[in-house]
Amino acid sequence: MTSIKSFMSRQELIGILVIAAVLFIIMPLAMDIFRLNLFGKYLTYAFVAVGLVLCWGKCGILSLGQGVFFGLGGYCMAMYLKLEASTPEATAIQSTPGIPDFMDWNQITALPWFWEPFNSLTFTLLAIIIVPAVFAFIIGAAMFKRRVGGVYFAIITQAIAAILTILIIGQQGYTGGVNGITDLRTLKSWDIRTDEAKYILYYVNGALLIAVLLLSQIVLKSKLGRLLVAVRDQEDRVRFSGYDVSNIKIFVFCFAAVLSAIGGAMFTLQVGFMSPSFVGIVPSIEMVIFCAVGGRLSIFGAVYGTLLVNWAKTTFSETFPELWLFGLGALFIAVVLIFPNGVSGLYQSYLAPLVDRVVSTGKRKGRSDTAPPPSSGFGAETTAKPAE
Amino acid sequence: MNTINNNTDFLLSIENLTVSFDGFKAVDDLNLYVDENEIHVIIGPNGAGKTTVLDLICGRTRSTDGSIKFRNKELTDMREHEIVREGVGRKFQNPSIYEDLTVFENLELSFPRGRSVWGALTFQRDQDVKTRVHEIAGMVFLDELLDKQAALLSHGQKQWLEIGMLLIQDPELLMLDEPVAGMSVSERKQTAKLLNEITKGRSVMVVEHDMKFVEDIAHRVTVLHQGKILSEGSMAKVQADPKVIDVYLGH
Repeated sequence: MTSIKSFMSRQELIGILVIAAVLFIIMPLAMDIFRLNLFGKYLTYAFVAVGLVLCWGKCGILSLGQGVFFGLGGYCMAMYLKLEASTPEATAIQSTPGIPDFMDWNQITALPWFWEPFNSLTFTLLAIIIVPAVFAFIIGAAMFKRRVGGVYFAIITQAIAAILTILIIGQQGYTGGVNGITDLRTLKSWDIRTDEAKYILYYVNGALLIAVLLLSQIVLKSKLGRLLVAVRDQEDRVRFSGYDVSNIKIFVFCFAAVLSAIGGAMFTLQVGFMSPSFVGIVPSIEMVIFCAVGGRLSIFGAVYGTLLVNWAKTTFSETFPELWLFGLGALFIAVVLIFPNGVSGLYQSYLAPLVDRVVSTGKRKGRSDTAPPPSSGFGAETTAKPAE
Repeated sequence: MNTINNNTDFLLSIENLTVSFDGFKAVDDLNLYVDENEIHVIIGPNGAGKTTVLDLICGRTRSTDGSIKFRNKELTDMREHEIVREGVGRKFQNPSIYEDLTVFENLELSFPRGRSVWGALTFQRDQDVKTRVHEIAGMVFLDELLDKQAALLSHGQKQWLEIGMLLIQDPELLMLDEPVAGMSVSERKQTAKLLNEITKGRSVMVVEHDMKFVEDIAHRVTVLHQGKILSEGSMAKVQADPKVIDVYLGH
């Protein structure tokens, strides 16, 4: 038992080290700051994808509304930055100086009460974690205690994503509407738009992603991680073994929500704005595709899947902008039909044995979560694995 | 709900239990008692309500009326995991195990400790757990297969694993729904031996069709028909009952 354990953690250690090397060394050397910033933006989606691995891949809860939590994190950050950018001096031209510009345009004359606390950075950082966690807890408690699951849960989360988008767009005096919260400049008087700041933010983002991966790894390695798989396989058996299944589901849903929110906050910092187009149904489904392409059972696969799909999106839509959505659809179908466990499943089947031989003389992993995909997927894999 | 304080010496006492699905009474005014250390078998034709009775006891189905008392504690308004924590274990008809986990992990998850979210996060696989898992695995003939993925077990082994997952919880009342269905003759014999062994110090309720097997294990037999008790008593008495021969055993 112990030898298997140590072997697995060795492979996972390699996984983390490879990702760290890619993030901290290879990419900064290979890219100029414009591309690196774009890469950093993709990485913020990886937080969501990692959360989905735990929530959907391991525990079987498909959420089509992760954009909600990404948005909540992003908006919390954006509200703070916007308030700092809206000093009375900077907004002297407005009819009410000292409030965000879009409020002034919408004839709002005083800062709404729920904006007030976002003057504090400490509050904002706490809110980025707590707001999505509480929101996920409410949704989770309402659904899972009533045994709502499967497609019904997926549809409800999708509806919530739609509702939040409509709410943000409709309340444009309070939220910036369809344009979102734009023109963000400084964080504690530190200009986030300079190249230097972008480098620093990129590294902070990378470090947070590694931290999140380690945290997820701790959860997956604990008995709770095995319970997640057990709930996915035989929910009733878990219940009749004395566990309150709804609590387990609520926990993992909240956990995924918090990860998404951290990604959202880092998105706002690196991209410099937040808008409802990252909250709604389409981005939420895209995030599920990132996770599926990476392989919904592997947190490392999720990172690569996110990067891969976004890289494809950028290169493809630069040349054929109108064809991208078809490409994305085709990719999703390919994942479902040809390689259901995504990039990581292909890695496990074809590359992992090689890595084993190179790295270890120990025993092979006794079992795997993945069914071997048909060999037709192999050709696609070799081109689709840039980061190894 | 039955509020009369009619405490008994029985481990489990079911009184006036009724459940109706859209007017159809699957269990109709049932009274049934299980003694300490008793193997109580429920038999009956298809649709007699046997599995429904087990579902009602373990909280999977909610009763329409009546009471189920376990050690004089009312179970009908408790949630499933609370009933389990009271000491009632349930095995399902089809082996329900965690196929993606190993035999060891299956048993470990059933070990009654760290059942809250925080408890599961901080759970340590210490010597207690390992010893107990090995002990139980030995009882259910799986000690050689601890590292094997559960999906790869044979049907009979899966049934045993699920029984093992219940044993590790050390329930006072163990409910088994057709434990030998789909087993080979030799597996069946082993299972009968296993049941006789594990029943020491606990009560077992079994739903079973295999009459030979029932004869081997039963202390007492209840025959259900259309949600009601048709006959009750020792195997010999039940087998001789003309009503039972009529609706179930055949001439």
